[in-house]
Amino acid sequence: MEAVLKWLSDNQQIIYIVILMIFVGIEVIGRVPSVLHTPLMSGANAIHGVVIIGAIIVMGKADAGNYVALVLGFLAVVLGTLNVVGGFVVTDRMLEMFKSKKK
Amino acid sequence: MEFSILTLCYLIGSVTFIIGLKMLSNPATARKGNLIAAVGMTVAILGTIFLYRDDETGEKLHNYIWIFAGLLIGGVIGTLAAKKVKMTAMPEMVSLFNGMGGACAALISIIEFNHYAASGFKNTIHEAYEVGEQIDDAVLSLGVQTGVLITIFAGLIIGSVSFAGSMIAWGKLNGKIKDFAFKGQHIVNQVILITILGLSVFLIYKIKTTVGSTDDAPDLPLNIGYISALFYGVLALSLIYGVFFVMPIGGADMPVVISLLNSFTGVAAACGGFLYDNKVMLTGGILVGAAGTLLTILMCKAMNRSLLNVLIGSFGGGGSAAGGGGTKEQGAYKEISLSDTAVIMTYAHKVIIVPGYGLAVAQAQHACHELEKLLESKGVDVKYAIHPVAGRMPGHMNVLLAEADVSYDKLQEMEQANEEFATTDVVLVLGANDVVNPAAKTDPASPIYGMPILDVELAKNVIVNKRSMKPGYAGIENDLFFQPKTSMLFGDAKKVLQDLIAEIKNL
Repeated sequence: MEAVLKWLSDNQQIIYIVILMIFVGIEVIGRVPSVLHTPLMSGANAIHGVVIIGAIIVMGKADAGNYVALVLGFLAVVLGTLNVVGGFVVTDRMLEMFKSKKK
Repeated sequence: MEFSILTLCYLIGSVTFIIGLKMLSNPATARKGNLIAAVGMTVAILGTIFLYRDDETGEKLHNYIWIFAGLLIGGVIGTLAAKKVKMTAMPEMVSLFNGMGGACAALISIIEFNHYAASGFKNTIHEAYEVGEQIDDAVLSLGVQTGVLITIFAGLIIGSVSFAGSMIAWGKLNGKIKDFAFKGQHIVNQVILITILGLSVFLIYKIKTTVGSTDDAPDLPLNIGYISALFYGVLALSLIYGVFFVMPIGGADMPVVISLLNSFTGVAAACGGFLYDNKVMLTGGILVGAAGTLLTILMCKAMNRSLLNVLIGSFGGGGSAAGGGGTKEQGAYKEISLSDTAVIMTYAHKVIIVPGYGLAVAQAQHACHELEKLLESKGVDVKYAIHPVAGRMPGHMNVLLAEADVSYDKLQEMEQANEEFATTDVVLVLGANDVVNPAAKTDPASPIYGMPILDVELAKNVIVNKRSMKPGYAGIENDLFFQPKTSMLFGDAKKVLQDLIAEIKNL
């Protein structure tokens, strides 16, 4: 019990962020029309590509001699970038079509 | 100073993600929202590369060459793939990118695990003590925190399930992988999941009790090789679970699954946020995790099914069983020739086109738009009725027709369209099946019973274009095809439409 309470107070900032973000996430897309489900999914897909930052940190901290970490980290950076760049470009392509035909 | 600028970068990133997602859920602002989120992402990434300092040592990042090479390769491949992909293949592309993100999260966990394993699961903390005039440097060696271990395992498991699942979903959508289920698969899945969780808890417990949480506790020897082997066991099981999780789910439910895996990857990214106490990863990841889960539920609602129902995969399994049991005499269907179709459509007042999966497969959206223009020029009122789950993903049809320059106000959502069918002369169903199956309303035994459908049978004539009489994704017969009002027009949607256009021009 004490350990749990200590953990709570040590990480309270993070816990608050998590709880608030859950509600923001739900609130923000609550009224999306079904037309936009696919682009929205694609956009959200690009946003979770933020995991690339973790890959960059891991890569940048790896010792120059630790080839396992370097290779895996490099792979992580490549995959993460694919997720971010591909995600945003695909979403943009989808949405571009919505726009051009609205005129 | 530099580090606080990085904090600002992350703040900008987090805010743009929220604003971007908000704008993405409104047609008028969607594109801008996507751009805003992309800008925020760029700021956060560049900030990390140039301004990041290690919390303890204050060191800058190194290995810049590797980082930039990775960014360049990923960026070029990502852009090319996203630019070149056909509009119809969009859903599998999203799935593929989602898998990449999951793999990235899993790799981070693997590297961090190796890093901790190399130091015997201890954090070495340097602390400067001031004793009188002298400054002593005390080296504390503490066991790794439980929270860190849990996050590493969570990132590994969720990331690899998401990766493996997305790859299967991708394969299924482009037809490379067929549905596959064996008896008792759900039980096997549960067993795998429980094994994964059990192993993880065991490993974390083992590491904690051997290394000791306080520096007073005596250190027992820890067999790193054994711990690592089990760690990779968890990885392998998670990948297998991802495969088994998606395998039995029918193709029609893939969008829901991709959306769910999308939110998984979000949570995996958030695990990275915990690990590095990185707020932008945390906000971005949780945001997508929550929004993705809601989106998944919204998609299920559009099909009038529960998420549980989709995951258990009763659509595919139960559907084929019902199809097998319900081989009652369906009577005969009647075929219609191209020239008859041309005549009926040209002399109609109002035509509604119901596009479906078949249109997407045949890439017939341009031909469809051409037909629409031709009929309009002959004074026929042409509209499109879009079922919320028509095509491969909700909204997929809208994207496809938009590509072919079909005007926005010609697209009608289900409720609107259902009011209009009664006054419609001809409904042309292009490669849609389950979304117009009256069994959803009339037959409680049908696996799609309760799903809202387009009431095309209210129209005076229904012309159905299909490649054959084969049942659709749900694997059930469609009574609509045997009704007296309905005529079948067999063939590939694109070819049929082109021939039809030629016929109408010849009239």
